[in-house]
Amino acid sequence: MSEPTPGTVAQFPPLAGPPLLGLHEMELNFGPQHPSTHGVLRLVLKVDGERIVSARPDVGYLHRGTEKLFETETFPMVIPHTDRMDYVAASTNNHAYCLVVEKLLGVEVPKRAQYIRVLLDEMQRISSHVLWLATAAIDLGAITPFFYTFRDREVILDLFEEYCGARLTLNCMRIGGLPVDLTPGWLEKVRAFTEPFEKCIDEYEDLLTENRIWKERTVGIAVLDEKRCIEWGVTGPVLRAAGKAWDIRRALPYEVYPELQFDIPVGKNADTYDRYLVRVAEIRQSRRIVLQCLDWLEKNPGTEIRGKVPRVIKPPAGEAYACVEAPKGELGFHLVASGGNKPYRLHVRPPSFINLQALPEMAQGHLVGDLVAVIGTIDIVLGEVDR
Amino acid sequence: MSHTLLHNVLIPFLKGAITVVALGLAAGILTWIERRLLGRLQIRKGPNRVGPQGFFQWIADTVKLVFKEDIVPSRAEKALHLLGPLLLFVPAVVVLGLVPWGPEFTLFGVTTPLHAAADLNVGLLLILAVSTIGVYGIILSGWASNSKYPLLGGLRSAAQLISYEVPMGLAVVSAILMSGSLSMVEIIEAQRKAGVWFVFPGLIAFFLYFVSGVAETNRTPFDLPEAESELVGGFHTEYSGFRWAVFFMSEYGNMISVSAVATTLFFGGWLRPFPNVAWLSFLDVIPAFFWFAGKVFLFLMVYIWFRATFPRYRFDQLMALGWKTLIPISLGNLALVAIAALWGAAGLKVLGAVLVLLVAAGFIAVWMRPARPRSSTTMASPNVEVRA
Amino acid sequence: MTDEKPTTPEVPAPEPAPAKAVEPAAAAPKPAAEGALPAAVPAAPKPAAPAAPPKPTGPKPTDASGKPLIAALAAAVPGAILEAYEFVGETTAKIAPEHLVQACRYLKDEEGFTYLVDETAVDWKDRQPRFDVLLLLHSFSRGQERLRLKVGVAEDAACPSVTCVWETANWMEREAFDMYGIRFDGHPDLRRILTWDGFQGHPLRKDFPIEGIDTGAAIYPDRFPEGGGPGPKDTNRKVLS
Repeated sequence: MSEPTPGTVAQFPPLAGPPLLGLHEMELNFGPQHPSTHGVLRLVLKVDGERIVSARPDVGYLHRGTEKLFETETFPMVIPHTDRMDYVAASTNNHAYCLVVEKLLGVEVPKRAQYIRVLLDEMQRISSHVLWLATAAIDLGAITPFFYTFRDREVILDLFEEYCGARLTLNCMRIGGLPVDLTPGWLEKVRAFTEPFEKCIDEYEDLLTENRIWKERTVGIAVLDEKRCIEWGVTGPVLRAAGKAWDIRRALPYEVYPELQFDIPVGKNADTYDRYLVRVAEIRQSRRIVLQCLDWLEKNPGTEIRGKVPRVIKPPAGEAYACVEAPKGELGFHLVASGGNKPYRLHVRPPSFINLQALPEMAQGHLVGDLVAVIGTIDIVLGEVDR
Repeated sequence: MSHTLLHNVLIPFLKGAITVVALGLAAGILTWIERRLLGRLQIRKGPNRVGPQGFFQWIADTVKLVFKEDIVPSRAEKALHLLGPLLLFVPAVVVLGLVPWGPEFTLFGVTTPLHAAADLNVGLLLILAVSTIGVYGIILSGWASNSKYPLLGGLRSAAQLISYEVPMGLAVVSAILMSGSLSMVEIIEAQRKAGVWFVFPGLIAFFLYFVSGVAETNRTPFDLPEAESELVGGFHTEYSGFRWAVFFMSEYGNMISVSAVATTLFFGGWLRPFPNVAWLSFLDVIPAFFWFAGKVFLFLMVYIWFRATFPRYRFDQLMALGWKTLIPISLGNLALVAIAALWGAAGLKVLGAVLVLLVAAGFIAVWMRPARPRSSTTMASPNVEVRA
Repeated sequence: MTDEKPTTPEVPAPEPAPAKAVEPAAAAPKPAAEGALPAAVPAAPKPAAPAAPPKPTGPKPTDASGKPLIAALAAAVPGAILEAYEFVGETTAKIAPEHLVQACRYLKDEEGFTYLVDETAVDWKDRQPRFDVLLLLHSFSRGQERLRLKVGVAEDAACPSVTCVWETANWMEREAFDMYGIRFDGHPDLRRILTWDGFQGHPLRKDFPIEGIDTGAAIYPDRFPEGGGPGPKDTNRKVLS
């Protein structure tokens, strides 16, 4: 069977005429409890046979009032709350929050701490993308990549546990730097994991990239071209697969990214297959960045991990916004301070929430069987969607 | 006891009972094998706590399922809800009965073929007919559950099963052409007389039959009707407890019967390799039944291997594969085998040699193709470029 | 910054937001005497109490009405910009609500701000207008420039919706409506998004308690009195503490 041509949306014959025998479209409820909605996501589908006529997301099942809680916690106490939003990539949440407070305070983070922050972020990006790969594959029926990827992800989680005590909700950054210094031997362990990791990525690609069935399930599915991506505010690998080489690490750089060498993978067809390739390529790029950070940290031993920060953190009144390139897209924190020791208003710009808005457009015209591919390709974490 | 009573009533009844029990045991042990083998393919161990190497896991699971509450939806059609699994289970058992597991053997002075049912001279036709009854079971289960997801799953599965009957039937016809008979035992005899297993001249037919068989049994990559990630459970969503266990057993029973029929038609049944070559007769120390069982076992391993490796086909792709790809190939194969069979056994041997050489050449070409470089700066696919 | 004169340069004890306007407070709790206020506001008389060596002040907002972008916007949509300032490297323009959509259209079509990064709201309790709707815009073509727009919205007034300009504002405005109760005129589908159907109240308002409200009237307004819920003997009572 010939492979679908890339660049075209998978074409299905148009719906023919009025409903047959007075049969309406069927309204089907997808979730919130469902094996493949990546959390508690509810989609209200209207289907005509197998064809999706409309797919309306209904979110809010995991809403925990995080932004309200932010207003009752002092600035350092907010950091563990931020972990729990995108719980798969916790350190980027912490990072974005610390960046916005440091911006208002005018605190300088020492270079060594910046390198370690970038190292943690990139390891977190590898872990998040690898988890995405596992779940996207298993949703489409390929049950084996899940175990291969988790074997490697376990090593990363163990490294995190050694550093900051937690595997998932890391709480690994503080305003001004980091909570603790690296344990002796930690850098060697990271290097021992990262150097042979390229072979693991090759293994994952062996299973899927040239797999005819995988391609048939993903080429031409959930196309969202560049213009529509920007209109919907979609960022991250989805935008990059649409052809726009936009990465906050390059466009609005923070920490030591200007000194690091890395490339931005960009797709052509804006479909699910390209997003898969872009994410796998990003894993490779993250590995490159991790190695560069390791090189620098080994050449520049030191002990400073935190800048000069007052004991009671009271940023000046005003508002600020800081963003990082989270694995899912642009993650930003919008802080309105009033001079007190608690944030007056701290709003999160969650990439998963905003990317999910584009789901109805992406699912238009596809079959029910493609819906899991569409949900998987956006890479949402419900903790971030609902906060 | 009289000869008729013994041979026409008691022994068939005994064989039938043994078949049912054997299916239950085999399905259970197959689940254990599947879980362990899948685990190995996924770089983990399978169950290893309950019993040595986890061997009693399936017993524990069966006991649990037997004692579990049978939840039937309140507005489901109770009678049809019960009938569905049965209509799936019974054909699986019947097909297993129609397959010859071995030649005649003598036990306690009684000589009887290792064949649960009598050897019908249209055995193959009956197998095809009976296995199709399973479609009713699936449709009934989906419909009687009175719920949208099982309905979708049941209808999908019905369409899939009916579609893949066609290439399967055409592949089986080529085996009939090669052997000249519809009787299962005759087909094995024909392979012994020809001196070559029918898989060689019927390489394409075997491939078609096996792929259609995977589709018929709702296994990956064709397991969309029960795709957990899309339809929660497909046609067996609303079943729990022992009724679900019956579905499970019938799925494995179908797997075994497809493998058994493939063995009979294409791999010489209970014949050893090269049955006419005299100097290999030392292999005869292995009883015929174990040759048969070994070949079936190998096919089951391939089933499990498929499950570990492939993603799932989407439903319309599945149908397109069946109708637009497999049926034309099966018609072409039919013509090819028919022409080769005009020259009898010699023609079959020539066709077999040609096909094997072609496939071997294909393998070598794929193996020797230049490796596509993959690194952080070059991508394996032209779809994505890496920009500095 | 607000239109009101700031009260005193002294900062209150560490506490959540003061009821009044944003104070131009310094980072240190000691009064920082040399705080220079924005040019738009007349400078307050400096208190004569340089008791301690002056602590380094944090960043201060500076007037940005001279920037070419702001000037162009003011020229294209007269009356839109009420104030513009720059703080920690970010430009903010205060926009009059009635000119919001026009200003946004101008910014998107003429100035290239095609990407709406974020739209949110802030509740300034006891201030008129009560809410501030903040929009953050990004332009790919102007060298990654970002601009923040601020719109003051009174409690029962409505803010014009910018979904006609950027589609991504859809869920952002729904969330602002859900959390604050701000109505957006022209929104295609304004209903609650994060809280459940039938929820009464707007959680992020400052007068909504952090402990939550009793879910009785929140879910069953016809069964329980306003703000009330299951009685002490009711088996459905949930104690939120």
